[in-house]
Amino acid sequence: MSASNSKRGSYFLITPMALVFAIFLVIPLLTIVVVSFWDYDEYRILPDFILENYSYLLGSSVTWQIYLNTFKYAALTWAFTLGIGFTVAYFLAFHVRSLTWQIILFMVCTIPFWTSNIIRMISWIPFLGRNGLLNQALMGAGIIHEPLEFLLFSDFAVVLADVHLYTLFMVVPIFNSMMRIDRSLIEAARDNGASAWSTLRHVILPLSKPGIAIGSIFVITVVMGDFITVRLMSGGQSASVGLQISNEIGLLQYPAAAASAVVLLITVLLIVTALLRLVDIRKEL
Amino acid sequence: MAITREKRPAAFYFLAAFFALFVLFLYGPMLTIFILSFQGPNGGLTFPMNGFSFHWFVNLFQQQAVGDFGGSFMRSLKLGLIVMVVTVVVSFMAGMAFRRRFRGDTVVFYLAIASLIVPSILISLGIGLLFNIFEIQPHWYSSALGAHLTWTFPFGLLIMFAVFNRFDPSFEEAARDLGASNWQTVRHVVLPMVAPSLIGVAMFSFTLSYDEFARTLMTAGSLNTLPLEIYGMTTNVTTPVLYALGTLTTVFSFVVIGLAFGAVVLLRRRKA
Repeated sequence: MSASNSKRGSYFLITPMALVFAIFLVIPLLTIVVVSFWDYDEYRILPDFILENYSYLLGSSVTWQIYLNTFKYAALTWAFTLGIGFTVAYFLAFHVRSLTWQIILFMVCTIPFWTSNIIRMISWIPFLGRNGLLNQALMGAGIIHEPLEFLLFSDFAVVLADVHLYTLFMVVPIFNSMMRIDRSLIEAARDNGASAWSTLRHVILPLSKPGIAIGSIFVITVVMGDFITVRLMSGGQSASVGLQISNEIGLLQYPAAAASAVVLLITVLLIVTALLRLVDIRKEL
Repeated sequence: MAITREKRPAAFYFLAAFFALFVLFLYGPMLTIFILSFQGPNGGLTFPMNGFSFHWFVNLFQQQAVGDFGGSFMRSLKLGLIVMVVTVVVSFMAGMAFRRRFRGDTVVFYLAIASLIVPSILISLGIGLLFNIFEIQPHWYSSALGAHLTWTFPFGLLIMFAVFNRFDPSFEEAARDLGASNWQTVRHVVLPMVAPSLIGVAMFSFTLSYDEFARTLMTAGSLNTLPLEIYGMTTNVTTPVLYALGTLTTVFSFVVIGLAFGAVVLLRRRKA
């Protein structure tokens, strides 16, 4: 088989995937950019080149508040998923000794991921609600005398649901990085008199960085673009950038939604670029 | 040989307790809605249980105030199956292509990564706008299918990378030396070896599509898929019928995973 022949083979094999990305990713994103400069009235969108969508968006203090709120959700979710995800991955990778048990416990963490996100979100309602389990338990124990109102339909509920949904996205890549760490490095650290804690800090943590970066990229981008969790769990009391876009879509204000989308996309890309400086993803595969 | 066990450090017990709490955190809420879906006919959305019945499951299959559960379920099922088949075939082809360097390979790779990190609602908005501008009617089998594929392809491709990085090409060389054609090599050597991973890709892509909400929002056209239906119910329905739906779809997901695992086990046995 000649070299040029095999190259043609590669092109043939990659074409379907490349086409789908071109038609359903690249062209739609370009469409969003183009439409963000269009005009609109109550009924339709009008091809044009105006900057009003952006000047209105960036000039409004509401936008800045919404971005601040979205960053708050992303930062809190990131911190909690990282803390929990790292601890869980560390336990699975270094304290569970047999491979079989590692696989079993890992599967246990993965199973809830296979059910619908929306179902997992609403499953917090009977737990957090005014008459929910948590309030009843706390009142029964005499810790509080009136139900806590902040549990459901609040920022607390949004972050809790996000952590519930996305911690696995941290566990998987961090666990993967940890499993690649040469165990003799840890023995060497121990032989040199390092405590478990300093081994963790100076050996395991730096070597888990690629996993942490990949998990962070996933969690942060998902939370930045999210609108369902915010709408369902805040009960419409809070907003996020994604929710703003979905509201504009609902009102058929497509050019305004497109402008918001472009700004969101740029923000997400900046965050991802910053995180990618920490890790070469292709090496991780 | 006697097994000598190193004594577990105190940290182990602390971490094990942490892990147990994490598992409780993952499953607790799901168990609550599972139990609450068996509420009696007069029961509400929270505890206490007001009797025990299948009332809300029966109710689910009767005419609903919002939309139709059966139709949206069938659409999601068909869409998920189409996405599954397309993703398995296309990811396998792409995985094979990436085993050699070719011009544009980095571009396709970064498109896949971009597809993974671009917020889902932007895909929905972009495809919706595109169809709107060209006055094409969006449908679950056209626009929504494309939108879902942008979500499942990256996962499929990354899994194929993981597979082919550990794949020994000398098996193929041996097949060729024995006179097998390219197609025969793929059909009788490569495919059987990667089959379990392809089932993984299938499982992944089916559930991703079956649960996908944001990418379906503007692309499904006038007929809902199941996640859209569920979402509609969360804003309109205030009875445990919602939990019954949650329980049913969860059970369905588990059946699908069970079947997939069964298939993997069967393949392994046949190989052994």
